[in-house]
Amino acid sequence: MKKTRSATPVSRRDFLKGAGCLTIGFPLLGGEWPAAYFPGAMPAAPPEDTLPGSLQKQPRINAWLEILADGRVRVLTGKMELGQGIRTAIAQVAAEELDLDLDRVEVHLAETERTPHEGYTAGSGSIENSAMSVRYAAAAARQKLLALAAQKLGQPADQLTVADGGVSTRNGKRLTFAEILDGKQIEDEVRLPVALKPKGSYRWVGKAVPRQDIERMVRGEPMYVQDLRFPGMVHARVVRPAGYRARLLAFDRGPLEKEFPGLLKTVVNGDFLGVIAAEEYLAVEAHRFLKQRVRWSAPAALPEGQPLADYLKNLPGETQTVQEKGTGAREPSGGTSLRATYFKPYVMHASIGPSCAVARYEDGKLHLWSHSQGIYPMRESLVKMLGLAATQIHVVGVPGSGCYGHNGADDAAADAALLAMAYPGKHVRLQWSREDEHGWEPYGSAMRVEIEASLDGAGRIHHWHGEVWTDSHSTRPGPEAANLLAARYLEKPFRMESPGYLGGGHRNADPYYVLPHLRIIAHFFEGPLRVSSLRSLGAYANVFAVESFMDELAEKAGKDPVEFRLAHSEDERAIAVIRKVRELIRSQPVAANEGIGFAFSRYKNAATYCAVAAKVAVNTQTGDVRVRRMWAAIDAGEVINLDGIINQTEGGMIQAASWTLMEEVRFDQQHVSSLDWATYPIFRFSDVPEVEVAVINRPEQKPLGAGEAAQGPTAAAIANAVYRACGKRIRQLPIRPEKITG
Amino acid sequence: MAAKITLRVNGKKRTVQVDPATPLLYVLRNQLELNGPKYGCGLEQCGSCLVLLDGKAVPSCRMPVEAVKDQSVVTLEGLTRKNGELHPVPRAFVQQQAAQCGYCLNGMVIAAVALLAENRHPDDDAIRNGLQRVLCRCGTQARVIRAVSQAAQEAQP
Repeated sequence: MKKTRSATPVSRRDFLKGAGCLTIGFPLLGGEWPAAYFPGAMPAAPPEDTLPGSLQKQPRINAWLEILADGRVRVLTGKMELGQGIRTAIAQVAAEELDLDLDRVEVHLAETERTPHEGYTAGSGSIENSAMSVRYAAAAARQKLLALAAQKLGQPADQLTVADGGVSTRNGKRLTFAEILDGKQIEDEVRLPVALKPKGSYRWVGKAVPRQDIERMVRGEPMYVQDLRFPGMVHARVVRPAGYRARLLAFDRGPLEKEFPGLLKTVVNGDFLGVIAAEEYLAVEAHRFLKQRVRWSAPAALPEGQPLADYLKNLPGETQTVQEKGTGAREPSGGTSLRATYFKPYVMHASIGPSCAVARYEDGKLHLWSHSQGIYPMRESLVKMLGLAATQIHVVGVPGSGCYGHNGADDAAADAALLAMAYPGKHVRLQWSREDEHGWEPYGSAMRVEIEASLDGAGRIHHWHGEVWTDSHSTRPGPEAANLLAARYLEKPFRMESPGYLGGGHRNADPYYVLPHLRIIAHFFEGPLRVSSLRSLGAYANVFAVESFMDELAEKAGKDPVEFRLAHSEDERAIAVIRKVRELIRSQPVAANEGIGFAFSRYKNAATYCAVAAKVAVNTQTGDVRVRRMWAAIDAGEVINLDGIINQTEGGMIQAASWTLMEEVRFDQQHVSSLDWATYPIFRFSDVPEVEVAVINRPEQKPLGAGEAAQGPTAAAIANAVYRACGKRIRQLPIRPEKITG
Repeated sequence: MAAKITLRVNGKKRTVQVDPATPLLYVLRNQLELNGPKYGCGLEQCGSCLVLLDGKAVPSCRMPVEAVKDQSVVTLEGLTRKNGELHPVPRAFVQQQAAQCGYCLNGMVIAAVALLAENRHPDDDAIRNGLQRVLCRCGTQARVIRAVSQAAQEAQP
């Protein structure tokens, strides 16, 4: 099977000529909209020729926003708040187009039959899809409100002013939005052209608008699915099997019921085993009791102790050529060639708060509160697993602990649903334990990357041949039932049919550089551990490999690594972030045991640009590696919330530095053995570098998500810095002390 | 098995009817309906469930409720005054926007309050040490350090 695609994405040519402005600057844009439309405003932006993706599917204005009687506006998004601050960004664009104060906008997160179906909150797509849909819907609502007000007030629309949730005439007559609509909502569809507010007169967008939810957090207000409380709510725990394929051998209710007479219900459905109690602690104790006593069949053995990088390469699987350019000729005249193999182990999402859900089943209707990233797709899987119609399942999205991809959220919801249906009429709260989350979440796949490249006589890359070995990067629910963990263990189990290999595995395997001859091949295996989407998917491993290899090639060519990258770059926006990060570290002192490394990537080769520098200190005696400081320059197009981008990038670097230095999911023959924070350590305060982020705002460009741009460059920048500090090239993550001393 | 236990939480006497072995965390969250302390690991490894026990930051996830009968328990909620005014530490967290998902925020704020009670002028290392037991997965530690540093400066006489 062979798949090819265009070697040069159109967006690559879509760059801005000239340097961007580094802070918040607004170029004057020419436009076709009469300035009078927005009195006193600068010329408006030209209409875009297409509507944002989510809006095309759900074009009605009131699918996205509702005018409330008190003058506030409720925005409906199909996305979830994951800690990325999407609520604030969405409120900003709505407040902007409707000229409202920010606190007059309320954001309603994903809920079935209430908000638009926007798939998953994933792939850094929430700004591009949801926020932009809200922008257009709000702008269209404004047009409609002005037109209606013009009729009611007997004045032409261009004589009217929109402010504070109302429309006013010059002589002081005013109608609120609700009065204009007579209490109705705007059911018109958004149609092009839509007059967007000129960017030059923005009041909210592009600014570092503080998130309002942080104050609610420090006050201990109920925020999370874990904080939900309902009258009569009961507490549940699920006893997970001894391994992925273990079966429940024998279960005797007798001793359990004798020990815990207060237990409300024990649910046994095939190999699915759960307990329900009025008191949470009783459920915890019953779970502990069962865990020690329930007997499971020995699961199929996991490949404990095998060198994973080789083991995974030798698994059977499908191979695809995903990118091919030039003749693929390997031998340049008068040049040299180089090859290297890189490896990234299984890494976990490792949410600080284990997954949780509340479910209630009554009168044939299931209500479910979940921190799933995709409530609508999850519902499709629940329909199959539970045998209910979609109309019988109502899912409310409630934020949980940060997830960074597909963690246990959907599985906990499925557990809660099964238990609630076995114990109808009550709200059943299902809380995963730390061990459940560590041991059963779907990890980011282990990956192997091999690269071979040659340099021509002038030290430029002539050909590049990359091969990637990877498992799936999406086994999310929707529509298959088996993507929900519990479904595989029911009396009538659902089987995983295909892991679904999409592009996530070879994401960013093709370098974003000018290369005359290029071939990228992806090999898909089905590995020993459960896997799915982890922040940036395959880009983390691929950029680690590509950008480590760029440094190796630069050295071979006798070039400065940053200059080497610039010499292979043609996109001005790429060049700008690389130069910016170099500027940030210009006056950094570097001690004898220290080194600074660089890396760059454009996420998905079509989205956000990010260059990262890392300064590390290496103790060659102990192998201890400390990341002292990290810098990033990022261009995510038009900035919606400046601090949101900075926060995501700071956090992205710190999280990815933790992956890079410490993290590796371990397992024995039976199951995963990384079951808590001692057996799967992550960064603590003593490990965390200082971080600095420079944002290049491009108000004239499409706004892009910024949460997944820094991970890959972070890994390579650290590995490159380690090499510069001590001469050791680490190609197998994580960069543990024994790899430095060994 | 359940017994009547009287606790002093956020300056108030609260009586609950629970199994005396119940970890304090569950009593705070379920009986007293407080959201501040969070369940993170149940193993005293992550700091999500920290509370102030006689002014010291301690994990509440394994501590039997009967063991704290005679002590003063302060949770995140207890740091907000009746008039809604925030304590300098949480206020600095808001000003520094030191959160992403915010799930670890309780542990961060409680650990910082305990630290500043012992050391009014902590340097960077002392802040890191004081907060070492609290895990954050979003990577907001750099902001948390700035927030604690700001709170320390504001608390200076």
